[in-house]
Amino acid sequence: MARHDKDSAGSPVPISRRQFLHRSSTAVAGSMVIALVLPEGSSAGVAGADYDWDRHRWVYLIDTTKCIGCGSCVRACRAENSVPEKMYRTWVERYEIPVEAEAFIDSPNGGEHGFDPVATGLSVRKGFFVPKLCNHCSQTPCIQVCPVGASFATRDGVVLVDPEHCIGCGYCVQACPFGSRFINPETRTADKCTLCYHRITTGLKTACIQICPVGARRLGDRKNPDDEVIEILATQRVEVLQPELLTRPQCFYLGMDMEVR
Amino acid sequence: MFPELTGYLFPNDIHIHWSLMIVMYPYITGLVAGAFLVSSLYHVFGREELKPLGRFALATALCFLAVAGLPLLNHLGHPERGINIMITPNLNSAMAGFGILYASYFIILLLEVWFVFRVDIIDSATRSRGLKRQLFAILALGVYDTSPEARAIDRKIIRVLAALGIPMACLLHGYVGFLFGALKANPWWSTPLMPVIFLFSAMVSGIALLIVLYQIAMRLKGMPIDRSAISAMARWLWLFLIMSLTMELLEIMMLAYERAEEWEVIGHLLTHQLSFSFISLQMVGGGLIPLILLGIVVLMGGYMDDRIRNTLTMVSSLLLLLQVLAMRWNVVIGGQMFSKSMSGFRETYVPEMFAKEGILAALAIFFIPFVFLMIFEKVLPTFKHLES
Repeated sequence: MARHDKDSAGSPVPISRRQFLHRSSTAVAGSMVIALVLPEGSSAGVAGADYDWDRHRWVYLIDTTKCIGCGSCVRACRAENSVPEKMYRTWVERYEIPVEAEAFIDSPNGGEHGFDPVATGLSVRKGFFVPKLCNHCSQTPCIQVCPVGASFATRDGVVLVDPEHCIGCGYCVQACPFGSRFINPETRTADKCTLCYHRITTGLKTACIQICPVGARRLGDRKNPDDEVIEILATQRVEVLQPELLTRPQCFYLGMDMEVR
Repeated sequence: MFPELTGYLFPNDIHIHWSLMIVMYPYITGLVAGAFLVSSLYHVFGREELKPLGRFALATALCFLAVAGLPLLNHLGHPERGINIMITPNLNSAMAGFGILYASYFIILLLEVWFVFRVDIIDSATRSRGLKRQLFAILALGVYDTSPEARAIDRKIIRVLAALGIPMACLLHGYVGFLFGALKANPWWSTPLMPVIFLFSAMVSGIALLIVLYQIAMRLKGMPIDRSAISAMARWLWLFLIMSLTMELLEIMMLAYERAEEWEVIGHLLTHQLSFSFISLQMVGGGLIPLILLGIVVLMGGYMDDRIRNTLTMVSSLLLLLQVLAMRWNVVIGGQMFSKSMSGFRETYVPEMFAKEGILAALAIFFIPFVFLMIFEKVLPTFKHLES
């Protein structure tokens, strides 16, 4: 079939080489702009619209001397993030440390419904509550072991899971020394505290911080020069959980005790 | 059903996320690695006494490797995304190596099988008719050269492939040990000995499987059980059992003697939650007893009646197949029976019978390679060359 026949039959009009190069360079440049605008990872759909993750570096501070073990944070977290039953993105532990015996530790239903009084029969002189959540470690084994790169850290220091990419192998659950991860039976993917990324990137507090009646939980931002939490980290004695594992937790504790797990 | 707990567990730690499937996975790859080693002892190192098993061992390795990925796939929350491990591997993850290792070892094994059975394939292609002839013609890949020169080249290639296969088999299986050994969060897993323990126990299980299958195959075919082959296998099995038990005990004795902080958890785990599967099965019933029985076979084999030798190696092998399964269970499940709070335990874990990752599924997956092996034997008899 002759070339002009084909053209007249309504097939696409041939374009010149110059036109082709021009159009394709526009397309390439356009896609590069999109690639630059869209952040890496997949926080694009989660973070607030005007949020710039290079201007924040989140840390978390827990004052165990303030926590009263009411469990509001656990309930708020479950409601905010649709956390399935028997699974916990955050929980509260109770420590009762008698003089004459080993520490008694419990966390009935993650402390979700508060704590009933317990009769140890021992002379407990020291007792306190310790809220727990993902430590958003900066050297975290959970990201290291993820075989497909579904676990990742945002540039503002939050450890997240891409539920669209996670294969549900559970390796990260095994690798987390703090028990912060679980396999969500509904999504069949790894699940954990997101530091309420959908909230903090729109200027809100995390659900657990918002609800805490005594201010035991606080969010800090290392890139904010006037941040009170950063001031506390700089001037007071703070601890992290299992520091010997060198995961560099970004969740800090005031009023820790050697019995805390 | 809520599991029985003692002490304090982190609330997310009461679940056993790595199920029976993750027990089956290292068990099956271990059988592959062990069986492959036996075939390589003949093909690379020229251990003539293992000639009766050379081909059969290779076929066994292939059939088991073909299903090695199944338990993993069945375990994944999203098996349809399993391919992500190959498409978007996170190269910092030990697990991401799976795709590359598995695929390359599979290719090596397939090639070796083809070269080993090439002449048989051509024979069958030229001697049969119709559909069967076509099937073998496809398997022959269009090459019909069976001249002595071609066979000599085959032998060289087989040797190279078998030699390449040894480090690959060790990697494929050692890597499974590495997956566990490199998790600092879990004191029961985190030890550099883990890949070594996995490798030695793999050799044990693979050799034991071959001893069992070989004896059954010979009985079914009415062929004599080769005395020197069984004696040699018993010797290798004994050696690897000694290495394996030494490593397994070394790990525990160090922790116990050091009074290492991990021992508070592991000591309790071994004497309570795992007392049956570890002490009774892995150490005594599946460890000490075969150690003695095989010792008798190896040290006093010269004075022994064939039937006694065969029976003793058979019993030892069956016990060892159980021992290695118990070892996999103790590692995988044992490592999840305590909380990372290091102060609480799950008392029991009984896998469900009919669940997706339950006992029945595990049995079904374990059954497939035997079916493959029977088909393989029908298409390419692995003992025929011994009859002539």
